[in-house]
Amino acid sequence: MVSVNIKDTLKKYTMVIALVIIIGIFYVGTGGTILLSQNVNNLLSQNAYVFVLATGMLLCILTGGNIDLSVGSVVCFVGGIGAVMMSKGMNVWFAVLVMLLVGVLVGAWQAFWVAYINVPPFIATLAGMYAFRGLSNVVLNGYAVSISNTTFLNVFGGGADCYIPDFFHGESLNITCLLAGLIAVAVYVLLSIKNRISASRKGYVTTSAASFYAKLVILSLVILFLAYKLAGYKGIPTSLLWIILIVLVYNYITTKTTIGRYLYAVGGNEKATQLSGINTKKVYFFAYTNMGFLAAFAGILTVARAASAQPTYGQFYEMDAIGACFIGGASAYGGTGSVFGAIIGALLMGVINQGMLIMGVDANYQKVVKGLVLLAAVIFDVMSKREKK
Amino acid sequence: MGKTILEMKSITKEFPGVKALDNVNLKVEEGEIHALVGENGAGKSTLMNVLSGIYPFGSYTGDIVYNGEVCQFQKIKDSEEKGIVIIHQELALIPYMSIGENMFLGNEQGSKAAIDWDKTYAEADKYLKMVGLSESSRTLIKDIGVGKQQLVEIAKALAKNAKLLILDEPTSSLNETDSRALLDLLLKFKQEGMTSIIISHKLNEVSYVADKITVIRDGSTIETLDKSVDDISEDRIIKGMVGREMTDRFPKRHGVEIGDIAMEVKDWTVYHPQFSERKVVDGVSMNIRKGEVVGIAGLMGAGRTELAMSIFGKAYGTNISGQLFLNGEEVHLKNIKDAIKHKIAYVTEDRKGNGLVLTNPIKINTTLSNLSSLCSKRVIDQDKEYQVAEEYRDKLKTKCPTVEQNVGNLSGGNQQKVLLAKWMFADPDVLILDEPTRGIDVGAKYEIYCIINDLVAAGKSVIMISSELPEVLGMSDRIYVMNEGKMVGEMAGAEASQESIMSCILKS
Repeated sequence: MVSVNIKDTLKKYTMVIALVIIIGIFYVGTGGTILLSQNVNNLLSQNAYVFVLATGMLLCILTGGNIDLSVGSVVCFVGGIGAVMMSKGMNVWFAVLVMLLVGVLVGAWQAFWVAYINVPPFIATLAGMYAFRGLSNVVLNGYAVSISNTTFLNVFGGGADCYIPDFFHGESLNITCLLAGLIAVAVYVLLSIKNRISASRKGYVTTSAASFYAKLVILSLVILFLAYKLAGYKGIPTSLLWIILIVLVYNYITTKTTIGRYLYAVGGNEKATQLSGINTKKVYFFAYTNMGFLAAFAGILTVARAASAQPTYGQFYEMDAIGACFIGGASAYGGTGSVFGAIIGALLMGVINQGMLIMGVDANYQKVVKGLVLLAAVIFDVMSKREKK
Repeated sequence: MGKTILEMKSITKEFPGVKALDNVNLKVEEGEIHALVGENGAGKSTLMNVLSGIYPFGSYTGDIVYNGEVCQFQKIKDSEEKGIVIIHQELALIPYMSIGENMFLGNEQGSKAAIDWDKTYAEADKYLKMVGLSESSRTLIKDIGVGKQQLVEIAKALAKNAKLLILDEPTSSLNETDSRALLDLLLKFKQEGMTSIIISHKLNEVSYVADKITVIRDGSTIETLDKSVDDISEDRIIKGMVGREMTDRFPKRHGVEIGDIAMEVKDWTVYHPQFSERKVVDGVSMNIRKGEVVGIAGLMGAGRTELAMSIFGKAYGTNISGQLFLNGEEVHLKNIKDAIKHKIAYVTEDRKGNGLVLTNPIKINTTLSNLSSLCSKRVIDQDKEYQVAEEYRDKLKTKCPTVEQNVGNLSGGNQQKVLLAKWMFADPDVLILDEPTRGIDVGAKYEIYCIINDLVAAGKSVIMISSELPEVLGMSDRIYVMNEGKMVGEMAGAEASQESIMSCILKS
């Protein structure tokens, strides 16, 4: 048994610690406003698209630091198609299906050039960024199209009722939300302990008991705190459910399945992966097609939240997603990174955004700060790698 | 004649874990052609890299005395200023630039703000004439053949005002005519007073041009032969190159029964993937039996790796022709996956570049080539994976704290074991091991040899490609010798000797 020492643990959770510190700074800077229920709630639902896009972007970045520049345009394009379809009175589920399908097709189109023709991803997706932005304009005819279908808005987190209703009608606190928080903690704790017991029974390496329980307690407290905060406003935003779903599914894919394993392998050493009998082209194809799918999903969340589609939507979304991944510890050379890391990165950016907004920092300086944070995160990555050598 | 232009005194250069040069002395007189010979890895190139400042002063011990003064080169520029110019084995020309641009790369004519192109091309043409090239210096490098490219390299060296020219295997990629032309050029330069040091494996060429021959073996100078005094026949040189004692460095195999033919290739020909008119493997036929270790000896660039990789599901080359039989049946392997399915494994010579994912842990590397056996519906059974990794760690005695350790943090020997584990887990019948002990220490080598013995004892076939002759001799039941893409010899392991293999190569 080898226990993981404190230094390694700190290194592993650097960005989490950074997140806590930054929240602390803004807590002081905003006089506590940033942690008001409503703001916590907004933070999550406003940034829903970043979480989704960052998850997809992570998969691309894993294959070797490759990025997808087209996602912002695809978000707009797909959102535009859906808005137009619904404005013409088509069935909402049919529209959603078409939107997702279009996303997959767009992804596959770009993935084909990247994977099979060896067009550099930067170029292939830059082309997509222009083309789909143009097509969005065509689809929307240059105008904003509003979405009034309440089913769509409620399910995907837009409009006034984009919260899970409180079945218990609590007065000041949303009881459903609190219960959900408690259940989530219970499930998390039970699963963790079960895994640990079975691991140690089989004689696998486990972390030291202290750090295991510390992590358990801290994470449980975070979940409870979040549930409490959300309960103090309107409860669980529906977009949060989608985020949780996406994160869990993709975390599973990247850690437990063969395709996930291959993503890391290709990014770590493409040649060796090829010589292990793995079709690396398929791996690239998967990463970029999947990015199209998730971009479409982000498009759905975006237009639902705004209850409309406009030709300018989704601008710079790709940059938010890329930034989140790198801040969250993905290597700019591929092969390392995790879905949870990307989520932490997205949260960190979101907190910085919102904190500065509340503090009334000039929008231009907000960008400067975001840029510097991204740079600092990558410098950290490069330096910590150099140290190893 | 007779004036010493260069003297390298007791040069010692260590890399982590290896003493590449151990007290090497080299004395070169002005106006002579001095040849350096030795096996792969003997330290010839390292010595020349020390001389040219690629390994800066301070990273080695010993003195370099050039033209009577002690030199402490920090970088290549320093040595070039003194007129010492090295031409590397790998051509360092940029294909999409013209001859003239290449010649003055890093030494641009004109001012820093504006390159004087007229002067560049005029100068370049002048030097091209000196090496006997009639091409315009405006021709792109990609449009001239390899032989002419090599001449451009020499012209480039002349443009740097070379007084001492170092050529590292200048003819390795040239055909006979081009080689002869190049050697004659060197002889011509010699008459004009140029001093040259030439590193070469081709002993006939060495005998042809060299005035003196220094033999290096295992990082030490063995002897210097003088053409006017000593016998410099090829046999004499070979004796100097390989004359080392064989000790008991190889575990014995007992009672391993050699069975039927497991794999056979007939008339196997492979062309270079980029230069598709170049034959890299030329009509090779060979076979291997169950329970047999077959060594493939040869120099670097003989086409052994290319042969192995082309057999391994066409992982290398284009226009592959020939027949491949597994257990007597002809098979056509479409890709690497297919090869693995047909129970062939190729363990690369370049474990860091082509073999392992260094940023991933041992367990992930161990299972990569056969991940599907641990899966149900593409979901990995991580318990099983852990057990497999642990099993191979025990079996191969890999030294690591846990199998969760990243492979990049292991020593070379342990990395090699992980690489072997990876391919053993793929459960092959025929394992092709390419330089399985390169860059690892003696103890780990012995353990790798033991693993090979275990493999054949279990009825597997092992093809071992190695540039280390003692290893080939010590481990193989049978030895094939390859040179320049062709099989030039086959001998029983017990009957082979370093001399017989070397002369097979050098006289082919």
